[in-house]
Amino acid sequence: MELLFKLFSMAVFASTLRIATPLILASLGGCMSERSGVINIGLEGMMLMGAFTAVVGSFYLGPWPGLILGILAGGMMGLLHAFMSVTLGANQVISSTAINIMAVGLPNILIPVIWPGHYGISPTVGVIKDINIPFISSIPVIGKVLGHQNPIVYVALILVPVISYLLFKTRIGLRIRSVGEHPRAADTLGINVYKMRYIAVTMSGLLAGLGGAFLSICYQSQFSSVMTAGRGFIGLAAMIFGRWTPKGAMLACLLFGFADAFQAGAQSAGVPIPPEILLAFPYVLTLVALVGLLGKTAVSPAANGKPYLKG
Amino acid sequence: MKKNPLFDIFIGNDSVFSFVKAILAVFFALIIVYFILLLTGYSPFPVYGALLKGAFGSRRCFGECLVSTTPLLFSGLGFAIAYRCGLFNIGLEGQITVGGIAAAFIGYIFPEMNPVIHVSACIAAGFLAGALWGFIPGYLKARFGIHEVISVIMLNHIAFKIAAYLVSMQGPMKDRLDDMPASPFIRDSAKIVRLVNGSRVHWGIILAVITAFIIWVLLFRTRLGFRIRAVGKNKYAAETAGINVKRHIILTLSISGALGGLAGAVEILGVHYRLFAAFSPGYGFDAIAVALLGMVHPIGIIASAFLFGILRSGSVFMQAMYGVNKDMVSVITAIIVLFMGMSAPIGIMIKDRFKRKSHGTSV
Repeated sequence: MELLFKLFSMAVFASTLRIATPLILASLGGCMSERSGVINIGLEGMMLMGAFTAVVGSFYLGPWPGLILGILAGGMMGLLHAFMSVTLGANQVISSTAINIMAVGLPNILIPVIWPGHYGISPTVGVIKDINIPFISSIPVIGKVLGHQNPIVYVALILVPVISYLLFKTRIGLRIRSVGEHPRAADTLGINVYKMRYIAVTMSGLLAGLGGAFLSICYQSQFSSVMTAGRGFIGLAAMIFGRWTPKGAMLACLLFGFADAFQAGAQSAGVPIPPEILLAFPYVLTLVALVGLLGKTAVSPAANGKPYLKG
Repeated sequence: MKKNPLFDIFIGNDSVFSFVKAILAVFFALIIVYFILLLTGYSPFPVYGALLKGAFGSRRCFGECLVSTTPLLFSGLGFAIAYRCGLFNIGLEGQITVGGIAAAFIGYIFPEMNPVIHVSACIAAGFLAGALWGFIPGYLKARFGIHEVISVIMLNHIAFKIAAYLVSMQGPMKDRLDDMPASPFIRDSAKIVRLVNGSRVHWGIILAVITAFIIWVLLFRTRLGFRIRAVGKNKYAAETAGINVKRHIILTLSISGALGGLAGAVEILGVHYRLFAAFSPGYGFDAIAVALLGMVHPIGIIASAFLFGILRSGSVFMQAMYGVNKDMVSVITAIIVLFMGMSAPIGIMIKDRFKRKSHGTSV
């Protein structure tokens, strides 16, 4: 009974939110990109590059400039993906896989150059500290979960309705979605397909970069090349699970975040299950969730994955 | 109509054009990495020299090069057969892991026996475990429409965690007599025999080359291979032509996973002789580049697996000599993948331009 109490405590819900934040940012990136018709499995790599650049920035300039640099690094990766898959019409899965491979290698080369004597893991750097929101933290239950969090957690939560509004209520959102559904028709109506896809994919990179920066200079305080641990892909799964909508994706991310927080809580509470098996829990849950809930009704944007060549 | 001999030789002929593209990809990767090395304060040519020396410098080095080539060839073939069916199997690392687990288990659980039977049993176990790890995403895709990229990544992480658990302190496969988080050593009768003295290269490389020919025959000389490629080219047309697309997706991903399983089994039986977590240093991810650089053709993949074997084994020496992180190789890999990704559309552009020039009309 005491165990159950521990597992469902407010602390677990608060850490659910923290764990879900990078997933939410990645899945928002996925929504942007895939709504415009460009598959982006490079979110993982974009997060890693964001995480690495944020640590470098934080080391030299401080955490907030580091955050900005991390976001921009993700954006640069997005731009690269856009150039490959939109301008050159390359296979989008191959292009984003290359980004993933590069994002594992490049930081590992640069770490010993920037910090001599360090291999694979950066030194610890300054982090963006949690903030206390006086009004919310005084509310009884919600206050424990929402009152004292990292600023980026709030940013991610605000970005969900923002991106949702952008995609579904604005002109540019309509255009982005139209090039993802039927690029030729959009082109005929005078919409610049390439431009829309560039905007969407670059924004996707910016969001993933923010997610990565959160991981390295908020959630943790250093970089290692295994730190994303498939979060970009879980974010993608969450996006599909949420049927390519930001709000649905956020709910799915919270579910996966809870799974992770739950297993961490179970580990520290001494549940008699080997820690390695508990660590596999979020991945298993992702698979099961995809099978159980979405199998029947997943409808991706019609032109998703297809390069558009003017002709 | 004016004929352009250069066009005929280098661009008109598809297989030569493919070869040219692959060479260019490697060339560009080396040039870009040249600049990265310069910028990070290394002198590129000695570093490249060390890379080559690490692969060819001695009999032992060359052996190491072939040792790396073996799993790369198996998993490259695995990626290729799925790719030919329009599937993107980036789950080979997980499939290698489960293959290794199964092979190690059969390798130490049974007593010494006839080596041929024991090794075959271990390899079969690895094959089946990999096939299962490929069947799952295949089934999920065919039955529920779940994109294989996402399911195989989840299965990768699950496989890594399972392997880590099995050899952890409380793990059922942990060697109780050893402090290392590893399984007991496999029996001598389960070890794949080494090819020559003084090097770790083993018969697995021969097996891998034979497998490449088998996959070539399967893909290009059998009806099954034809149907697999038909599904990959256009699954709607294939469906209309009466091919059971779903069945072929499941079957192909199972074969693809089985090849990954073989890579893991052979790696355990021929090199490590015991299971430990993360025994594969990323062969499953290199497989993507190996297959794409080999133009997704088994014979091309033999060559590109060898090239990546050079990079893998040479990079260890490079790191030891000059302190360049051996992950430099993954940057080379990434650039090669990028280049191969854009070479298809650019190739079409070049061909179009030449056609227009040599025919004097716009197409």
